[in-house]
Amino acid sequence: MIVADRKPLKEILEMVGDSKKVLILGCKGCVTVCNVGGNKEVGILASTLKIARAKEGRPLEVEEKALERQCDPEYVDQIKDIVEDYDAVISMACGVGPQFLSERYPGKRFFPAVNTTFFGGAVQHGIWEERCAGCGACGIHHFGGLCPIARCSKSLLNGPCGGSADGKCEISKDVVCIWDLIVKKKMEEGHLDELMIFRPPKVWTTARDGGPRKSVREELVQ
Amino acid sequence: MTDLKSGSNLEKVLRAGHFAFTGECGPPKGANVEHLKEKVAHLKGMVDAVNVTDNQTAVVRMSSWAASTILLQEGIEPNFQMVCRDRNRLAIQSDILGVYAMGIRNMLCLSGDHQRFGNHPEAKNVYDIDSMQLISLVKKMRDEGKFLNDEETDVAPKLFIGAASNPFADPFEFRVHRLAKKIQAGADFIQTQCIYNMDKFREFMKMAVDMGLHEKCHILAGVTPMKSVGMAQYMARMVPGMDVPQSVVKRLREAGKGKVAEEGIKYALEQIEEFKEMEGVAGVHLMAIEWEHKVPEIAERAGVLPRPVV
Amino acid sequence: MRLSYPSNVKIIQVPCSGRVDILHLLRAIEDGADGVYVAGCLEGECHFLTGNVKAKKKVQYVKNVLEEIGIEPERVEMFNLSSGEGPRFAEIAKEMVERIKELGPSPVKIQKAA
Repeated sequence: MIVADRKPLKEILEMVGDSKKVLILGCKGCVTVCNVGGNKEVGILASTLKIARAKEGRPLEVEEKALERQCDPEYVDQIKDIVEDYDAVISMACGVGPQFLSERYPGKRFFPAVNTTFFGGAVQHGIWEERCAGCGACGIHHFGGLCPIARCSKSLLNGPCGGSADGKCEISKDVVCIWDLIVKKKMEEGHLDELMIFRPPKVWTTARDGGPRKSVREELVQ
Repeated sequence: MTDLKSGSNLEKVLRAGHFAFTGECGPPKGANVEHLKEKVAHLKGMVDAVNVTDNQTAVVRMSSWAASTILLQEGIEPNFQMVCRDRNRLAIQSDILGVYAMGIRNMLCLSGDHQRFGNHPEAKNVYDIDSMQLISLVKKMRDEGKFLNDEETDVAPKLFIGAASNPFADPFEFRVHRLAKKIQAGADFIQTQCIYNMDKFREFMKMAVDMGLHEKCHILAGVTPMKSVGMAQYMARMVPGMDVPQSVVKRLREAGKGKVAEEGIKYALEQIEEFKEMEGVAGVHLMAIEWEHKVPEIAERAGVLPRPVV
Repeated sequence: MRLSYPSNVKIIQVPCSGRVDILHLLRAIEDGADGVYVAGCLEGECHFLTGNVKAKKKVQYVKNVLEEIGIEPERVEMFNLSSGEGPRFAEIAKEMVERIKELGPSPVKIQKAA
């Protein structure tokens, strides 16, 4: 899923500015699963903003809503009858949400309440980790099913570098050296020879480096 | 020696079978050319080539290629270092051509420390290619006269290709294999991480020799004399991939006040003596960090002077 | 035991402190409460194993939120006591009321009244 973290409240309050009536719009997709932008978090943010503004003597009227997804026009459409009622709309979806909203409702201002961070999964309840960098050319099968692009701090394809110590990355003892895991896995499997294969420079054109990307499935396009 | 790859002094010394002795110099944190000249003056005639570091520890300094050309002007052979952190493949290739055009003949290919440790931790890193791919790229440009995209260069950069090896990083069992991979990719010489744990290094070299790696590549052992107990402790704890046994720290501490630096030099000299005899070791890379003025003394006492003229 | 505790403490019963939600605490503040606290079982003695531990984390979350928006986090607290400790319950109520009195009325309430 796409993982995000809520922005500091100070930043959100600054975005809201002098608005008197806002809509906080959650998303029932990824951000609900990673507990940052679903119904629940919309409620918490709404209450928090109301408290903060009440404290300043500038009460804020807040409406709460969550769309099935903010990355599909048909769902974004669902607020067309109410969007004009608000001074501002705060989206709690990933970075896609406020953009789809801005594109659909050109005259309105949409603010992101979360910082979109990475593609990952929950390694345990409450902890998410990055797993994919969306490079557009998956080769994890060469690396024991572990992605060095997303998970090595230097994205080495011929690692590990000299900074690997006790299974940890040189940047922090809290970061696993993915190359340590790759090497150990290959050694256990008796496939060290696979790591002796020179991995040539990666073709980054399929990644963000090739410019904004688009997927077209002709059979679906009308 | 008509089949020299680059014709660099370092290459000639190694090919002639001499025990090589290389030094290191970090460019200034500013455009202080005089300071750089003063520092390298201590190394002149004492070593076969001087490594010029490339924003080492991710701290911004004068560019390694520019500092390397200053060394050339001073009559000192540079070993130009390049890291993959700060350049994409376009900049890498144009810099390779550039340094060759300026007369640089040795190049050490490195991944580079992550910027997290440096003075611009907010930076975006590049890592378009890794150190292994960089070695292979320089070899391709030199031997095939081609860029990474297979287009031909008009004049190929004839560089003597170096790479680093850290025998003390993990996983230990894989380190010698990664060294083999670097040699396969095109490394002509290797300079190792600073060595303090001699037992581990002996074990590493035995594996390298058993695999015949010393016959395919010149391996230079890294030596950095300790200046103080504090430095030893700092390296032991803070520097990634550094292995400083407690016995070394203890030895320095027991040397007593005012005698620690001398003890550090003595340890380095003992190491150099052993490396001269160690199978597979073709020389020593002396990294006297901010201690360049001590290099003549160390070289003298190590018995590596005068440096051969080949 | 006819123990008395301050009459300005309004008690809301829940089956387990684990049932208390971040939103419950926030809404209380939002509606003008000067303080709010959770009285859970002693740690390690939860009938539902970890309800009180979860409550403690939620209380901490709300404390962090309040601090971020400039309201004293001490207005929210977690206490642990066993169901047999009637006197301790009364003591905690007094302690919390004292604390809140020292902090004064909630800025939310002051502004609402204004």
